[in-house]
Amino acid sequence: MNSLEFRTALAYACAFSLSVTVTHSSAETDDVGRTLEEYDKRLQSLEQRDAQSVNTGGTDATFNPAISIILDGVFASYKNDPGEYNLPGYALGGEAGLSPEGFSLGHSEIIFSSNIDDKFFGRFTLAIAEHDNEIEVEVEEAFFETLALGGGFNLRGGRFYSAIGYQNQQHRHAWDFHDAPLIYRGLFGDQYFDDGIRLSYITPTDIFVEFGAEAFAGKQYPAGGENGGVGSWTAFTNTGGDIGISHSWQAGLSYWSADDVEREYGGHAHTATAPEVPLFTGDSRIYGANAIYKWAPQGNYREKNVKIQFEYFNRDDTGDILLNSMPPEASTLDSRQNGWYLQGTWKFMRHWQAGIRYDLLDSDNAGSDMSVLDEAGLVNYGHTPERVSVMAEWLPSEYSRIRLQYNRDDSYQVPDDQVHIQYTFSMGAHGAHAF
Amino acid sequence: MSLQTSFLCISLLLPCVQVQAAINVFTCEPEWAALAKELGGDQLDIYSATTALQDPHHIQARPSLIAKARKADLLICAGAELETGWLPLLMRKAGNARIRAGQAGHFLAAEHIDMLEVPEKLDRSLGDVHASGNPHVHTDPRNISRIAGQLYKRLVGIDPDNTDIYSKRYSIFEREWQDAINVWNNQAAAVNGVNVVVHHDYWSYLIDWLGLVKVATLEPVPGVAPSTGHLSQIKQLLNTQPATMIIDTSYMNDRPVQWLSKQTGIPVVALPATVDYQGGESLYDWFKHIVDLITGQVE
Repeated sequence: MNSLEFRTALAYACAFSLSVTVTHSSAETDDVGRTLEEYDKRLQSLEQRDAQSVNTGGTDATFNPAISIILDGVFASYKNDPGEYNLPGYALGGEAGLSPEGFSLGHSEIIFSSNIDDKFFGRFTLAIAEHDNEIEVEVEEAFFETLALGGGFNLRGGRFYSAIGYQNQQHRHAWDFHDAPLIYRGLFGDQYFDDGIRLSYITPTDIFVEFGAEAFAGKQYPAGGENGGVGSWTAFTNTGGDIGISHSWQAGLSYWSADDVEREYGGHAHTATAPEVPLFTGDSRIYGANAIYKWAPQGNYREKNVKIQFEYFNRDDTGDILLNSMPPEASTLDSRQNGWYLQGTWKFMRHWQAGIRYDLLDSDNAGSDMSVLDEAGLVNYGHTPERVSVMAEWLPSEYSRIRLQYNRDDSYQVPDDQVHIQYTFSMGAHGAHAF
Repeated sequence: MSLQTSFLCISLLLPCVQVQAAINVFTCEPEWAALAKELGGDQLDIYSATTALQDPHHIQARPSLIAKARKADLLICAGAELETGWLPLLMRKAGNARIRAGQAGHFLAAEHIDMLEVPEKLDRSLGDVHASGNPHVHTDPRNISRIAGQLYKRLVGIDPDNTDIYSKRYSIFEREWQDAINVWNNQAAAVNGVNVVVHHDYWSYLIDWLGLVKVATLEPVPGVAPSTGHLSQIKQLLNTQPATMIIDTSYMNDRPVQWLSKQTGIPVVALPATVDYQGGESLYDWFKHIVDLITGQVE
């Protein structure tokens, strides 16, 4: 029962308990009644006029579904050989890694989205990227979401970006830097999605409070392997609000759990030898915390704004590492990897934005055979990966962006200077970005 | 709450205080909050997502707005895609079935009036054009009257117990509003046919109402700031077609209008975009202020 029905019921309960009626002053009511009749007549004539005239007010005259195409490309320059890139203490997988040196297409996307009917919304995102001269087409999102469940509940099903963390749910083109934060690169292979369902609930309070949980197949990195049922699941909570008109904030906690994982790391290439692909089998847990603060004078984000974003993640892995070398080698693994980043962007004019980001990672991995862990890239020899990035963007309109980014990257023992010049254009209908 | 129930509750001294919880109204723009206040008074607990100083095209679906939309019994917005950049996302996030499209709790003002500037062609190169027409419908008091009639019906539909209160408030508002329009019509007769330049096509309904003649718009296409080249062209145009005033909108960057005013000597009239509802202003105060500002240029 919604609050209105509840009120109505209570009101009737009050009335019936006494069985008394109180009449109004009749003269006043008559007067009001007469005036209202006149207005009713006028309204009716206006409504008839509405029906006759061509009135498109409020109807959705746009295309269905809304189609959006993201063009993205980059020119990258590195001091070190990008093929040497590694993150000591973190074996890399998923899409983790550097863009190819020189010109390359980035992450082009085709997004279809629409309200399917009055009860469901749907979105389909195809990402097209090139890896080693091969075009890869990937379905990144294909989900439905309820519109009519009510009571603050939303159910989403299909393939979608997990609600773990804050940046994870943002499309790559909405990121404030060209590359993912190091902790996302290290734990999620840049971004985590899988097939499953999500149920979320928003409390009926003045302050925003959301609780949610997801159940996934567990096929996608950093899970992996075959699972008959739920292979991985998450729980998350977010809260947020405004401070006056110009300040807003949001904070969240999230948890990810997967048992009996078979996580295949990306090829860890030794020059001129066959890659030894490390495989992790075991249980994995991730804890995350994030906080976002935004400032925009009078709430006009388009003209000027400041955004500060912080995220922390910790992953505990327990199980075994297997190398498919000849002969195969194995070790137990007891791993703890954690890191955080803090970034700030400043839109100081309508068409210009600048940003700075700091990344720091740590890890503590132990096992029965440290040489196997070393082969897998899981030994950090006391090195804590670190990176400082600065960027400047020109935003000719909401649909176009040219970005210059510089990284001082101490991911591994030899510091790298990295420069990226990136363009991102969006064509067609462009849906709103979440906070 | 109707008079009956309030009387009964008071006389019973039952814990009926809970019943007094008002209808939660979420409005996208402050003008609809002000209108709802006129028609619903204390029966409504009204929250406006934006202020008169915010550009309603460009709002973020912030956590605070999601929380307010989650609780709303009635959502009132301009519609005609004005809020297309944030309202659909907000509604999806809020998980509130009462205010979704097609429900009684979903009220779009633009659905109840004849739209101006309905485009024949849709193309991103034409800027932020709205397929349904110009969405700034609140700048003509005759539209306010029409929308008030429909909103009154909607309030009665949502909260039938309080029909008497809404009816009384609506009839008083409508009578006073028609009187006010007559006064403004007389006052503004002097500006009929006067040439004006506008910054953004925000005031099309006002121009239509007062019979002003728009000779130029500073924005080359809606939502795109004018270049110096475009401003020079307008300056040239104003040599042959002189205008009496340049109309600016309060939430916009005023540099282009100030430049043009300096170059041409034509005064700028900065109109508040809408009612300062949060500051206690009423629809009547706002319209009166606007009519005073415009007629003040023609003495």
